[in-house]
Amino acid sequence: MNGLGFFLDYSRCIGCQACVQACEECDTHRGRSMIHLETIQRQDSVQTAPQICMHCEDPICAQVCPADAIKKTPDGVVQSSLKPRCIGCSNCVLSCPFGVPKYYAEIDQMMKCDMCYDRTSVGKKPMCATVCPSQALAFTTLEEMQRSRQGHAIQDWTFGQENVRTKVYLWVPEETVRFQIDLVQIQGPSRIQEDRNDVAALLED
Amino acid sequence: MPGKEKTGVLNEDTLHATFWGLVVAVMLSAGIYFGSRRLRDFDPALVSYAGASVFCAFGLAYRYAMWLRRPPTRLYWFRGWQIFLRPSKLAGNLMMFVRLFFQSFVEQRFIDRRSHSRWAAHWLIAWGCILAAMVTFPLSFGWVRFESAPGSQDVYRAFAGGVPVFSFRLDSPIAPLIFNVLDVAAVMVLAGVFLAFRRRARDRGALAVQQFANDLLPLLLLFAVCITGLFLTASAHWFRGLHYGFLSQLHAVTVIFTLLYLPFGKFFHIFQRPAQLGVAFYKQAGQQGPPAVCHRCKKAFATAMHVEDLKSVQRQIGVEYELEGSGHYQDVCPSCRRQTLALAQDMAWRDTRRPGSTR
Repeated sequence: MNGLGFFLDYSRCIGCQACVQACEECDTHRGRSMIHLETIQRQDSVQTAPQICMHCEDPICAQVCPADAIKKTPDGVVQSSLKPRCIGCSNCVLSCPFGVPKYYAEIDQMMKCDMCYDRTSVGKKPMCATVCPSQALAFTTLEEMQRSRQGHAIQDWTFGQENVRTKVYLWVPEETVRFQIDLVQIQGPSRIQEDRNDVAALLED
Repeated sequence: MPGKEKTGVLNEDTLHATFWGLVVAVMLSAGIYFGSRRLRDFDPALVSYAGASVFCAFGLAYRYAMWLRRPPTRLYWFRGWQIFLRPSKLAGNLMMFVRLFFQSFVEQRFIDRRSHSRWAAHWLIAWGCILAAMVTFPLSFGWVRFESAPGSQDVYRAFAGGVPVFSFRLDSPIAPLIFNVLDVAAVMVLAGVFLAFRRRARDRGALAVQQFANDLLPLLLLFAVCITGLFLTASAHWFRGLHYGFLSQLHAVTVIFTLLYLPFGKFFHIFQRPAQLGVAFYKQAGQQGPPAVCHRCKKAFATAMHVEDLKSVQRQIGVEYELEGSGHYQDVCPSCRRQTLALAQDMAWRDTRRPGSTR
């Protein structure tokens, strides 16, 4: 994709929902938004986080698919399930480490972010990155990201003991070389366990 | 990750699939031999169709067996049958099966909800092909034959397995329908193929992801089979048999190529797709049991049976979601996974944030 990469930085999200709306314009899933916009600690906070497909090198969604319906393009984009094959079991929905695939019961099919393949396959930016005002979702060169932000991009994740490498980058501090998700991260810091909705405590340094 | 080791397993899988391929091919060959009354009703002119069908049966069984070797497929397949055949639920399951079969296969309503033109194309192609298959396979295998009634050239009789099943007069209204049933099927398929091509030529989403071998070749093959079949009718009725020999050879080539392609291309979904019904029974059985509760938000997000089965599949394929100490990532709901990722990134920044940072 001409040296362009897809970079995700949750902390920049301002919750404007432009990505959610723009996603619906994508021709491969017209009218349906594939972006998840999570509101974190909703009771007290406006913090939001977008989740797009991270396009794993060896997608777990495809590994657990009984119908062998999830395929990756030669350029590493994991596509929505193949319509003739998908049997609507939701294995992919439950197994994806990033919680990305969506199951639509009315059409009995799983659909997911395909990085706006109709656009990125011809050198255009994905819809969400095009409209994101804070560039929490950025489709640009690594050099441009390094020039304009502190931190660096990583593609390596560990969920429990499962290592995952993704095509989409996460923007993290220089000290972080691999993003580890374990019990500590799932439960949050100890003070958050006491009151998960106490955002003041969450923001304290 | 032992589950991801494929060395040696591949050979075992291939042998297993080859075995089932041969079993089905031999069974079909025996069916042709005995069903045609030891080849007495078998039409030698159709031997190439029968041969291609036997190879096709081998390929279908081979691929189906290979498909069932995948741990998630195997689990769903056996679990689906196990749930369906439970004696206490069998009567209700049979009722549900009839309803699902009508909705999903006869009407194909779930495709209509994707797009009307897509449904129209698929329905015409599917039922055109089924109609044609119901005629051509029994004829090619010698299971069905037609002949004039003794003493009357005006009455035609149909035999199945050598047993007369019905007869009709050549001047009756049903006669042209029976003689042209393949033409009717061909017109249905052609209409569907044109609708499908139209959609594939105009839909920008389809244009972005379609592939020649997967999406266009099957339509081209159906077009070739139908159009060459209709050429035969046109040659016989309107052109006094012009080039009939060549056209029949050409038609045979297109049909045989389609039969050889059938197990390995898009058409395999015809045999894969009934798994959709098994999933419906699986979901229903899961909902009757306890739910899976998210480790983080404590809300129900799936059925416990589904989550436990997924853990089993993940162990088999070498996905290690076991968390340090205790717990399993599979017990975290998709929404909490997404929230955890954002909070974990936030924690990473807070842990390293320096005073005076411009970020």
